[in-house]
Amino acid sequence: MSTSTAPRTAASLRPRLLGRSVVNLVVGISVLYTLLPVLWLVLAASRDRDALFSSSVLSLTDFSFVQNMKDLFAMDGGLYGRWYGNSLLYAVLGAALGALISIACGYAFDKYRFPHKEKMFGLVLAAVMVPQTVLALPLYLMASGTGLVNTFWAVFIPVLFNPFGVYLGRIFSQGYVPDEVLEAARMDGAGELTAYVRVALRMLGPGLVTVFLFQLTAIWNNFFLPMVMLSDQDLYPVSLGLYSWNSSASVSPEYYPVVIMGSLLAVVPLILAFALLQRFWRSGLTAGAVK
Amino acid sequence: MTSATPVSAAPDAPARPSPTVPAAAPAPTGRRSARRRELGACGVLMTPFFVLLVTVFLIPVGTAVYLSFFSDDQPGLGFGPERTVFAGLRNYSAVLTDPTFLGGLGIVALYCLVYIPLMVIGALALALLLDSGVVRLRGTAQLALFLPHAVPGIIAALIWLYLYTPGISPVIELLGKADITVDFLGVHTVLPSIVNIALWSNLGYNMVVFYAALQAVPREVIEAAVVDGAGPVRTALRVKAPLVRSSIVMVAMFTLIFALQLFTEPMLLSQSTPMINSRFSPSMYIYDAAFTRNNYGLAAAASVVLLLCTIALSYGVTRWTNRANAAEEDTR
Repeated sequence: MSTSTAPRTAASLRPRLLGRSVVNLVVGISVLYTLLPVLWLVLAASRDRDALFSSSVLSLTDFSFVQNMKDLFAMDGGLYGRWYGNSLLYAVLGAALGALISIACGYAFDKYRFPHKEKMFGLVLAAVMVPQTVLALPLYLMASGTGLVNTFWAVFIPVLFNPFGVYLGRIFSQGYVPDEVLEAARMDGAGELTAYVRVALRMLGPGLVTVFLFQLTAIWNNFFLPMVMLSDQDLYPVSLGLYSWNSSASVSPEYYPVVIMGSLLAVVPLILAFALLQRFWRSGLTAGAVK
Repeated sequence: MTSATPVSAAPDAPARPSPTVPAAAPAPTGRRSARRRELGACGVLMTPFFVLLVTVFLIPVGTAVYLSFFSDDQPGLGFGPERTVFAGLRNYSAVLTDPTFLGGLGIVALYCLVYIPLMVIGALALALLLDSGVVRLRGTAQLALFLPHAVPGIIAALIWLYLYTPGISPVIELLGKADITVDFLGVHTVLPSIVNIALWSNLGYNMVVFYAALQAVPREVIEAAVVDGAGPVRTALRVKAPLVRSSIVMVAMFTLIFALQLFTEPMLLSQSTPMINSRFSPSMYIYDAAFTRNNYGLAAAASVVLLLCTIALSYGVTRWTNRANAAEEDTR
């Protein structure tokens, strides 16, 4: 992101004060638009219920952040902690395994020749655009046919499927893994799979992290599939849990503060992941965008 | 299950040609075994994905199409043996004459018409502004704009729901002090309110995509435009924007595909406003038909209709951009 916007010509150097302030104003307003709702969430999470309903979110009295946190984890017998653990399990494990599967397939699409290759790749791309709602009912019927409905696996297996990851894997493999390196590995007597695991996978590292992040976000966001598959609250991910608590809140308002606090905590993992893995996903976006 | 992969499982390949083998060695067999080993490795690498493709994609799509031609006859009160009978196109005619489904399609069409241009133009404009080099704290601004992408869709909807709720929302309170009363969840405002949630969630992400593409534009091209006397606005609109056309198409396409699936936001808002019924969008219609009314044939037919709409629109976008590209080539 650190490109030097060196002075291009004398003409653009001339201070266009008005233009500059308008540009900065527009960007500033956009930043406020994206930041303020999150800021509201942070402030609202530290208010007790009465302060929440008196709209006095901005006043700094009645600070009850810690109390709200305690209430959140005590609500309904500590259900929220359970949901959080579930979400982490679905998302981290699912994204890690899913990214490995997609990258391996994308790599094979790039490096090997086989019959009907482009037709199969077309099928993979077509899978990207099929709505999840179309697959939900058949998946539910299949899961109930095999007794997997309302289990961990009913949510975990479908989220492993990431056709866009295969597309990215192919692009990353083209960009990061030179054929000569593989040739050299073969010359050294390495088998095809050894060459992949020992040589190629290491070069595909940034791509792997990008696909992992994309999938982590998607699974953490996942709402429709768990809603269809799960009836046992103990298996809910955070998204579905907060949805069900929010529907109770209209009847019993003591749920409002915990839903708000729960929302705030549910945002943390993705922000952490994006912040820690910044330099990887930025390159990944470029690969997806420029192609 | 693995029939989708064209290659069989890895065959044993004991004849591993090492570099020390003289060049005069029987080349054809060596090459053939190398080829076989390649196909074997390829099979191992691709099989996990294609097993998933078949089980959680192809079979479900096939099942949806199959189910859409059948309907359940439940004798009496729903007890007794359920009979599944071939229904031909009956489910389709039921779906396509159902005013609630058509209404849902209309709402999603309107939603797309408002949301997609706002999203693409807004994200591109922000990216161009950030790329113009006059924005202060550019890195910070980008991170701030990107932040909502890390907020899960259901939580974005929750935040905005509270910001739309009188008594909780500071926005409504502020507007109230200026004697403006807005019902964000009223009959005419509920769709713009949903557009706002989606825009807030995805604007920064798409801005980063465009920004990344703009970074790849060769600086000489821009310098040439400036030398030719083009001002910054003209350079942005006439030179930079056309050069990132492929990412504009990609963003528009993905925005369209996800917009057609509209579900999470209205589903959450429906808990708080009567303006959103249980069949507000096609996806909600499918959910309602399948899991509330247990009418699998109807849900499947609606799914297939939604799928066909998605395919037709995506195809249309691709064709249209290809033609636009060709026209662009002709004028050069």
